[in-house]
Amino acid sequence: MLVWSRSGRATTATIALVLFGVLYGLPIAVIALASFAGQWNSVLPSKPTLEHYVNALHGDSLENLHVSVVTGFVASLVALVSGTWAALALRVQPRTARRVLDAVFFIPSAVPSVSVGLGLLVAFSQPPVLLNGTTMIVVIAHFVLISAFTYGNVSAGLARLPVDFEQVAESLGARPFYRLRRVTLPLLTPYLIAAFSLSFALSMGELGATVMVYPPGWVTMPVGIFALSDRGAIFDAAALTMVLAITTAIVLIGLARVPTRASVR
Amino acid sequence: MRAELADVAPAMATPAQRERAGVDAASSGIRFDDVTVAYNDVVVLDSLSLTVKPGEIVALIGPSGSGKTTALRAVAGFVRPLRGTISIGTRDVTNVAPHARNIGMVVQNYALFPHMRAEENVAFGLRARGAPADVIRERVPECLRMVGMASYAKRFPRELSGGQQQRVAIARALAIRPQVLLLDEPLSALDAQIRRSMLDELARLHRDLPSLTVLYVTHDQTEALTLADHIGIMRDGKLVAFGDAQSLYRYPPNRFSAEFLGRANLLPVREVATTTAGMARVRFGADALIARNHHGLPDGGECLLCVRPHDLRLSPCDSIGNVLGGVVKSVQWQGDMQNVELDVAGHALRLTCAPMHAPPAPGAPLAIHFSASEATLIPEHTLRG
Ligand SMILES: Nc1ncnc2c1ncn2[C@@H]1O[C@H](COP(=O)(O)OP(=O)(O)OP(=O)(O)O)[C@@H](O)[C@H]1O
Ligand SMILES: [Mg+2]
Repeated sequence: MLVWSRSGRATTATIALVLFGVLYGLPIAVIALASFAGQWNSVLPSKPTLEHYVNALHGDSLENLHVSVVTGFVASLVALVSGTWAALALRVQPRTARRVLDAVFFIPSAVPSVSVGLGLLVAFSQPPVLLNGTTMIVVIAHFVLISAFTYGNVSAGLARLPVDFEQVAESLGARPFYRLRRVTLPLLTPYLIAAFSLSFALSMGELGATVMVYPPGWVTMPVGIFALSDRGAIFDAAALTMVLAITTAIVLIGLARVPTRASVR
Repeated sequence: MRAELADVAPAMATPAQRERAGVDAASSGIRFDDVTVAYNDVVVLDSLSLTVKPGEIVALIGPSGSGKTTALRAVAGFVRPLRGTISIGTRDVTNVAPHARNIGMVVQNYALFPHMRAEENVAFGLRARGAPADVIRERVPECLRMVGMASYAKRFPRELSGGQQQRVAIARALAIRPQVLLLDEPLSALDAQIRRSMLDELARLHRDLPSLTVLYVTHDQTEALTLADHIGIMRDGKLVAFGDAQSLYRYPPNRFSAEFLGRANLLPVREVATTTAGMARVRFGADALIARNHHGLPDGGECLLCVRPHDLRLSPCDSIGNVLGGVVKSVQWQGDMQNVELDVAGHALRLTCAPMHAPPAPGAPLAIHFSASEATLIPEHTLRG
């Protein structure tokens, strides 16, 4: 404990709460208030209404929710499988090769996502791989942006896994695939869940690349929110944002509750 | 004591017991043939040649970093030798995948699978090999019973004490009826008392499974002397001594093994002169001493005289007893024994004996005696005997 005295701890806790409230709480509170607002002319909004939520859960907006959740799940799942595979495969490579590949994986997160979207758009605009205007290109864009985080999470988990477990399993007669299924993956479960949660959250909020590549029939929530606020429908955008946040939170809380035997060490 | 067990055990083993071991006639030994292992170009196991006979317990001892674990890992197939071959029974396994080697292994921290209950841990090897369900149902409780853990079958590893985890780890290794059992410092994480009782249990286990070949790595000489038929002493990746426990203890082939196994007193002596068969007279300063010349050192040379702390006495012992005069440096009482440090002509000697009523005081002159048959000459310079 850095701070020991009772009064000192109370002071630090207060400061932390205030900072937290201002930095995180205030923006969310404003959005939350706006989502219920009929009018906002003075300091606080007036004429509270649920109308924006009704809008958010109907028609195009509901469709946006569906699109986002499906995209998030599919992209995260593909990222989880390939990120795990990559982490497992790279584990046995020489360290320098691993370092280089680690860096390469993270480059998409370092460039603006708009550029990633643009890159995909240009790359897949010509036959033989013509993906422009398809749902697929949205999923691919999300995959490119989130897979580095899945990979990073899983390889962090692998690095913390003592080799003993797998070696003992092997000496007991487990073939590589059996060992992977019964020992390595179960022991990695907490990291796999964390990786999936992070990817899902990132995908749900992804805007830059999606805006570049999305086809008319596959509009994600952030794109929908962007369009609404662009049109001046701020309160509807706020309500849609709240729906997005709550949906993501529900999924993440659900994932955090998945029981893993390995997590209780 | 081990020698007796080894003689009696096969006769006592019933056919059922032998069947339980699963290997019996096919019982196989382990052979290292000129095995060299390197990590990143650093040789950590240097031309190791060693044979563990079927049904035997061999202990590898040596200081930390001497390559003991590496030797085990090579048998298990976790490291690939740079050179040389490793055989289990008549099969050359140097290039066989670990899962196909039929080895039971217990590692230092047990590595029980944390997400499986004790019984699932024990069943793991059988399941991995696709054993039929009824075999698993029968053998898992049997193995747990063998190590006295039957009532803990449903526990997760985190709910077991260190000693209990160790038993489960042994049961898990035995469940597949391996040809050889590799134990890497299995007792080092346990406290002294549990270690003693586990040592007894391991000895009992081997009486029950007389055809099981065991390679046992430890840095504790008591474990090695208690359990092993043969002991190999490692140093810097090399095997510096190998022999049956008794003769290695009584006639260490070199200085390192004399000091490592049983902390011997070593005195530099010269002018070896063979007297009767197997005995020689040597000079230590102006004193003449007589000792066994088990290694047949040539007359006239220099060597070391090795005598164990408990073979040094305060009163004369027999007709050809040797006497040395020294000065007491310190006296330590350790409950069941007394530890006396002496200075003999500039050399430190250690003597242990039963607790005395009136122990000598530090600074007092003292005459110590030892029997010629309990002192051994060992070569001064060579590492290998
Ligand atoms: N994976 C590895 N990579 C590089 N060097 C290693 C590796 N494992 C062991 N070594 C080195 O090999 C040498 C022998 O190690 P080993 O584990 O066999 O020693 P040990 O005799 O079992 O020691 P201890 O009694 O401490 O367990 C040591 O110098 C160690 O640093
Ligand atoms: Mg070791």
